Amino acid sequence: MAIGLSHYLAVAAILFTVGVFGIFVNRKNVIIILMCVELILLAVNINFVAFSTHMADLPGNNPMAGQIFALFILTVAAAEAAVGLAILVVYFRNRGNIAVENIDLMKG
Amino acid sequence: MLTVISFYLLAFVAVAAAFMVIAARNPVHSVMYLILTFFSAAGLFILMGAEFLALLLVMVYVGAVAVLFLFVVMMLDVDFVEMKQGFLNNIGFGLLVAGILLLEMLMVGATYVWKDGSTVVARGDEVSNIEAFGRVLYTDYAGVFEAAGFVLLVAMIGAIVLTLRDRDGVRKQDAMSQMSRTKETGMEMVDIEPGHGVG
Repeated sequence: MAIGLSHYLAVAAILFTVGVFGIFVNRKNVIIILMCVELILLAVNINFVAFSTHMADLPGNNPMAGQIFALFILTVAAAEAAVGLAILVVYFRNRGNIAVENIDLMKG
Repeated sequence: MLTVISFYLLAFVAVAAAFMVIAARNPVHSVMYLILTFFSAAGLFILMGAEFLALLLVMVYVGAVAVLFLFVVMMLDVDFVEMKQGFLNNIGFGLLVAGILLLEMLMVGATYVWKDGSTVVARGDEVSNIEAFGRVLYTDYAGVFEAAGFVLLVAMIGAIVLTLRDRDGVRKQDAMSQMSRTKETGMEMVDIEPGHGVG
C-alpha cells in the first residue's frame, strides 16, 4: 500500500484539529494560543504541499504553485508570530499578567 | 516500504508532539514539542519531494520563531500553573468542536480522494526542487515575492516600535552632547588659596 494524497491530508486534518482544540482548552494562556495558530498554519502548509506534489501532472497546472503559496504562508506566519509576541510583551509590561479574560477593557 | 514506515513514523510523531504542545504544563516544554512537530512536518515535506520548503521550515521555525517563543516565555514572569486551571472545564466543549471539525474534514477528504492511490508525481524534467521553485518564484510571482518582503519589513518595524521604550534612570551615551561640549561647559577654573583647599 502506497502513501497517497489522502494520507497527507489526514495528517494535516488531525494537526489542524489539534490546533483548534488547543485554542479551546488553553483559553487563559496567550502564548499557547499563538503556538496553536502556528500549528494550524502548519496544517494548511502540509495541505498545500501535498496537493502541489501529488497533482503536478494535471493539465494547465503550475506544479510549483502550491509550494510557492506555502512559502508565503510561512512568511506571514513568521510576521504574525513576531508582532503577536511583541504585543504580548507590551501587554505584560503594562498589566503585569497575560490572562486573556482580563483583556476586555473596551467591552467589545 | 521505507517510505511507508517513514511516513507513519513522522506522522505519528508530528501528531503526538502537537498534542503535547497543548497538554504540557510548562510552556517551555510546549515550545520544545512545537519544534519537534515542525521537524516531523519537515520530514513529511521531504517525503513529498519538497526539500526546499522542508529546510526552510526548519530554518524559519526552529531557528527563528521557536527561539522567539522561548525568549518571550522566559522573559515573562507569569504563574503558568495557575493559567492551566481552566483546562478540564473547557475540555468537553473543545472535544465536541474538534471532533465535529475533524469528522467534517475527513468526510470531505473521503468523498473524493480516499483510495485514489495517487502518489508523488515524478517531475519529468530533471530539475531539482529548489531550481523549479526559483524558476516560478522570481518570474510569475515576483510581485508577490516583493510584497512578502514588505510584510516582513512591516512586522520587523512594528515589533521594534511596539517594544521600544524610553526608561528613566538609564545612563546612555549621547554622542551629540559629547561632541558639542565646549571648554566653558566642561571645565571650571578654581583659584585655590594656599592653606584652604577646594571646599
